Amino acid sequence: MTDILIKHGRVIDPANNIDEVCDVWVENGKVAGVGKFDGQAAQTIDAKGLIVCPGLIDMHVHLREPGEEWKEDIESGSQAAVAGGITTICTMPNTEPCIDHAGIVLQVINRAKEIGLCNLRPIGAVTRNLKGTELTEMRELSRSGAVAFSDDGQPIWHAGVMRKALEYSSSFGYLIIQHAEEKQLTDGGSVNEGWVSTQLGVQGMPVEGEDSMIARDIMLTRRANARYHVAHISSKGAVEQVRLAQQEGLQVTAEAAPHHFALTENEVLNFNADAKMSPPLRTEEDRLAVIEGLRDGTIEVIATDHAPHHEDDKRCGLSCAAFGIVGLETMLPISLDLERAGVLSMLDLIAKMTTNPARLLNIPEGSLSQGNAADICIFDSKAKWILDREKLFSKGRNTPWHGRTMTGQVQYTLKDGKVVFEKGQIHD
Amino acid sequence: MPEPLFGLKHLFGIADLTREQIQSLVDLGDDFIDINTRSVKKAPTLRGRTVINLFFENSTRTRTSFEIAGKRLSADVINISASTSATKKGETLLDTGQTLAAMQPHVLVIRHSVAGTCEFLSEFLDNTALINAGDGSHEHPTQILTDLLTLKRSMGDIEGKTMTIVGDIAHSRVARSHMLAAKIMGYNVRIVAPKTLLPAFVENYGCEIFHDFDEALNGTDILYMLRVQTERLTTNCCFPSIREYHETYGLNMKRLKAAGEHCKVMHPGPMNRGVEIATDVADSMKSLILEQVEHGVAIRMAALTALCGGATEE
Repeated sequence: MTDILIKHGRVIDPANNIDEVCDVWVENGKVAGVGKFDGQAAQTIDAKGLIVCPGLIDMHVHLREPGEEWKEDIESGSQAAVAGGITTICTMPNTEPCIDHAGIVLQVINRAKEIGLCNLRPIGAVTRNLKGTELTEMRELSRSGAVAFSDDGQPIWHAGVMRKALEYSSSFGYLIIQHAEEKQLTDGGSVNEGWVSTQLGVQGMPVEGEDSMIARDIMLTRRANARYHVAHISSKGAVEQVRLAQQEGLQVTAEAAPHHFALTENEVLNFNADAKMSPPLRTEEDRLAVIEGLRDGTIEVIATDHAPHHEDDKRCGLSCAAFGIVGLETMLPISLDLERAGVLSMLDLIAKMTTNPARLLNIPEGSLSQGNAADICIFDSKAKWILDREKLFSKGRNTPWHGRTMTGQVQYTLKDGKVVFEKGQIHD
Repeated sequence: MPEPLFGLKHLFGIADLTREQIQSLVDLGDDFIDINTRSVKKAPTLRGRTVINLFFENSTRTRTSFEIAGKRLSADVINISASTSATKKGETLLDTGQTLAAMQPHVLVIRHSVAGTCEFLSEFLDNTALINAGDGSHEHPTQILTDLLTLKRSMGDIEGKTMTIVGDIAHSRVARSHMLAAKIMGYNVRIVAPKTLLPAFVENYGCEIFHDFDEALNGTDILYMLRVQTERLTTNCCFPSIREYHETYGLNMKRLKAAGEHCKVMHPGPMNRGVEIATDVADSMKSLILEQVEHGVAIRMAALTALCGGATEE
């Protein structure tokens, strides 16, 4: 007998180009069918008026375990993920110790399996200890489960090392994800360099810090015929460069974080440390360019750069505060604004959080194809709720959206055919 | 708590002030100048009030100025010098602020290298008025009020006058606060610096920008020289040498004469003689630099009075 029937929802499955009101049913933890269900089910979820889509993938997450569990651990991060409809998270390697050898890859994967709420697919370090000098054993990291490589948090700044990283990784088809930031331009900065940084009297991070490194990397990618992915793209110049590289046929891709298409540097005008991240919130012109990049497909992926911090690291004045904000629990409602504004169809929007990252990372998740693991997100795209940072599942309280109304709410999250999140509650 | 005057709960920066508030503070400071020149320099205005000067950055004149201001008005004044590095290792800025606020002072006067320190602390401290005595490169409101009082006494109405600020605008809280005050009070600001010492979009303040000092002299009523942080200049590649800086942006007698007989010279201190200002200029009759220091005490008396000198409820 069918285990779970999800009835009468608007099913959005970009992998199969499905956008229609129908049923989804689950057997033995797998998707058994999408269409008109005719039979008996042990459990029925009435999804009338709701959207049913593959569990979301967030390919840019910092979970702080091992090493800084007071900020976040794999358990709290997993809970935050499924509360946000996300069933696959790719964790960045800047933990302590960092994910630069197979043992740590296996450790974090196994820890996530013990918790059992979502898939954790680690991103391995490009360089040992994230030092930017020697390459990691990418082959072994990949065999252990790393799905891409990045030194995120830090750029791979050395042009020679970056060249070798692109050449080596692409010999085996791996993806290099770059935190593009020329530190010699941005060091000491807290916010975007511009009128806002001038008014605040805090040092700025010029947009050229991001743009110049991407320009260099695209040249190196061209030479190596490599696969290069820009993390958290935030500037107009960066989007234009990625667009041109794609038109040329290079394997250059990009992701945007919700804060970079939803907010601008004006958020920090009151010295708000919860709006401080790297790259920083930029100008309205940049924000609109990121949206245009999402619209025309230049930016294929939405990813959060979920970066939980302890309050103590944020409550010390803007220029001393740590970089980063949490994002797992706000990715979907903030992203839905793009659909409401007519920028993207629901199908294209969901693709940026399911099939597109799955394709880049070469992982099976992100579709409702028959036989696929039944990782499913069911949400009400119109439900309004007010974000209370004290009620986040993440340990991080660092969100610029505290007190603001969100439109779009996850009702159910299923992982391997099991309901792991239901109407505000985690099911263990 | 005493009722604040002029609708001032805190004094964070010029950006938060109205023309009337600035005028009132300057006029009140003007009234206090008299006390400072008497033989008995004491008034009971702030008797029973407690003022803590919390300075995370080195300062001689601003801290002393606040201390004397409080003492001459009979407040109990406590000075604390905290080094930022010590607080980084041990107590946080917030803990230090909350600890001192728990001792129930009326006013905390704070200088810190982090911009927005007062704004940040005010979210957590309920019953303490905060005065910004300089926060990073953000604002230094009492310096600007001091300058306005000095100019009022020296040349009367400042409206329509032109102040030319020369030097490291990028890192100067004094320059920022003056550019804001100029808009509110109706004077003109010219800024003179190479691009390496200008912040992004500085033109949005509505100032005239010059890279050539000599071109900015004609029509200037006040030459306002900023202190050069010599270490900043060379290590950050903002300028090749002190020698070239003095040659290009230093105020010497020749430039002072070119600006005209009426032109006055100001400097927020401390001066680097022979760098941004030549000794003969600093000591000339055109210099208002010591008046600025003197009036600084009066303005701080006014600021403290505004924040805690009003009538109490008891």
